[in-house]
Amino acid sequence: MKIHTFARGVHPREGKSLAEDASLEVLPIPESIKVPMSQHIGGICQPVVKARDTVEAGQIIGEAAGFVSAAVHTPFPGTVTKISAVTLANGRHVPAVIIKVDKIKTLAQAKNEVSARLGTDEISDDEIFEAYAHNLRKDFFTLPENFDLDTYSTETIFSLIQAAGLVGQGGAAFPTHVKLAKDEKFPIDTLLINGCECEPYLTADYRLMLEAGELIITGALLAGKVLGASKILLCVEDNKPKAVENLQAIIARKGLKNIFVAVMRTKYPQGGEKQLIQAALGRKVAVGALPKSVGAAVINVGTAVSVTHAVTRKTPLLWRAVTVTGEGIHRPTNILAPIGASFQDLISHCGGLKPHARRILAGGPMMGFSVGSTDIPVTKGTSGITILTDTELSQTKQTNCLRCGRCVSVCPMRLIPTKLATTSRAKAWDTFIKYHPLACVECGCCSYECPAAIPIVQLIRVGKIEINKRNKK
Amino acid sequence: MEKIQIASSPHLSRPNTSTRLMMLDVILALIPALAVGIWIFGWFAVKQVSLCILVCMLSEWFFNLLRGDKRASLDDLSAIVTGMILGLSLPWSAPWQVPVFASIIAVGLGKAAFGGLGFNIFNPAMVGRAFVMLSFATVMGSNAYEFPKEQITHEHETQVTVITQATPLKQIKEVMKSGAQIESQMTSDSLLIALTGQRNGSLGEVSVLAILLGGFYLLFRRTISWRIPLGMCFAVFLIGALVSPSTPFVYGSAYLLNGAVLFGAFFIATDPVTSPVTPRGHWIFGIGVGVLTMIIRLFSGYPEGVMFAVLMMNAVVPLINAWTIPQPFGGLPKTHS
Repeated sequence: MKIHTFARGVHPREGKSLAEDASLEVLPIPESIKVPMSQHIGGICQPVVKARDTVEAGQIIGEAAGFVSAAVHTPFPGTVTKISAVTLANGRHVPAVIIKVDKIKTLAQAKNEVSARLGTDEISDDEIFEAYAHNLRKDFFTLPENFDLDTYSTETIFSLIQAAGLVGQGGAAFPTHVKLAKDEKFPIDTLLINGCECEPYLTADYRLMLEAGELIITGALLAGKVLGASKILLCVEDNKPKAVENLQAIIARKGLKNIFVAVMRTKYPQGGEKQLIQAALGRKVAVGALPKSVGAAVINVGTAVSVTHAVTRKTPLLWRAVTVTGEGIHRPTNILAPIGASFQDLISHCGGLKPHARRILAGGPMMGFSVGSTDIPVTKGTSGITILTDTELSQTKQTNCLRCGRCVSVCPMRLIPTKLATTSRAKAWDTFIKYHPLACVECGCCSYECPAAIPIVQLIRVGKIEINKRNKK
Repeated sequence: MEKIQIASSPHLSRPNTSTRLMMLDVILALIPALAVGIWIFGWFAVKQVSLCILVCMLSEWFFNLLRGDKRASLDDLSAIVTGMILGLSLPWSAPWQVPVFASIIAVGLGKAAFGGLGFNIFNPAMVGRAFVMLSFATVMGSNAYEFPKEQITHEHETQVTVITQATPLKQIKEVMKSGAQIESQMTSDSLLIALTGQRNGSLGEVSVLAILLGGFYLLFRRTISWRIPLGMCFAVFLIGALVSPSTPFVYGSAYLLNGAVLFGAFFIATDPVTSPVTPRGHWIFGIGVGVLTMIIRLFSGYPEGVMFAVLMMNAVVPLINAWTIPQPFGGLPKTHS
């Protein structure tokens, strides 16, 4: 089988063994949730509820602000406590709707079912929650029986995706309907489904490929139909052979043509969309251009699952797969988490932080945001929470740049990171610009590789802020 | 939560990698050449190299003190590397003043004056060597390598055969001046001599095998660029071959295997601080050093040209870096100004 790859990149330790065998478990119902009005690239949503309003599960609580925006819904029934500000993992302060969850209402259906089954009202909370979780998993993981692609027109699929507030779940959280909107100037011939999960430690996408494979493929077909793509590639790194097998088996069983699994060599950052398009299709996207400029579109496996939910069950984006992992958490696992639950809710469910935990990251260790508190909400773009201890973190003392060129040999965007770093440090902005800083995707390969422990990508970030400030003037 | 840190990503870094380890790699790679040098030249080799290492370390400590640079330390082993390379590039016969002054100038002028490790433009070992080449010309010139047979005393016993010969490059220059053809270097006898180092020359350059052993170790560890040595050796061989188009291989291999080309290719030209940072820049630099070496060898009074060639190419490295900025992945958009 052909193994695709791209030039340069690095091979950090995978760390997947901590959580890869843990099947997705439902998070215990939190006391309250804080649902941010901005969980995506684009316009900040307008709250359409106010304090003391009662809300139903799945109700819209934030309206999309324009086309490039995504509506926000509540996963639980409850009462709105207030509209307040919340700090996201990336440091942004955005308005949020805080809802006190009505646990009794949430569990009502499950309670009745167990009651009916056992013939008594004397039931333990554990049994009720188990039934509730079972129903949730069923809705999340199974395809409605009589699914027929032909019964959905492209307009229907598109408007259902938009109404559901879907955004990319790979981390960038770009509104999905905007990505799938047909552009006459740039027809799409291939849709890539990104199951690479190249970040170390994260395993949520892997579990989705094992447990929700059919929904991923259905979502891919639906998205492919909207785009008018003639080919769909499910891209998986070769450190996930079971996922490859499962997806191939589903394709074979359904007798699907035009959809294939592409196996990619395990290397960071294979999941970056430019690197993925080059490895899978051999096409290079120009700096500042979008994948559609080469006739391709890329969506994450989690997004594909949400597309299936949005179209076949008309459910908005309410739950997503989140890996809680790292050497600093007692019980690494994969969680089906509701939007708006706090990091603390997930961390507590996983046994809490170990005493030598040092960094709490939203995302993986290569590009994740480091947070100082656990009172951060899970959003549509939260792929994982990685807790690292001193042993894993960068240790070497910083020394002078030797111009050894290792950063140059690993930069997937073919830049000269050492020059970008030294000119940024010296604030020599005219020279800094000459080395194409805006082409940098901030993957972190340069800082990872540097023998002198120079904070290269961090210096580039500082420089980019400066450049953007200048451009705005 | 008091122990939780905030930091900017990435939060992992490659294990077992540091400047110190890279320097250690170079020191390890130089040991075969050093061992052969001691075997062939005996006490002279020990004297030159240990003086260089010692004085380089003392100078580094002294100049760091002068500069008040808190970050610099002898920890990174760069002073030892400079000392070893400098020592191995000297002739066996130079008196103690030569390694001492060369080391002080190498570290002081070649490194500290520019701001310390990573800021220098010229290869520090070559700066030191150039200084003594010009100031102590009689004891550093090609005649200094040959020891008059009449003056052999008992302390020279083990090295008599080698140190009474002229260096191979000097022999080639004389043969060419007289208009004759040089003998093939690729006979099994002369190859054996070249590989094992039983010939005259500077302390580290005599054994091809020892140099290649160290050089390939550095390539395997990815401590040095492969483009620079390849470009340099190729340029030297090609120009050497052009000297006598009827017997290109004889002349090409003669110029490649004799003198400091191989040693310079793997240990001097590949110094990361003073060579370009881009892949294309490596080719230009390596080929440039090779071409300049041959121009000096063929058209000047000196039989060897590696040192000056490296220093001249060092001077244009910033320009090479600016000229060889690669196009970012995917290319710039057509409307980019």
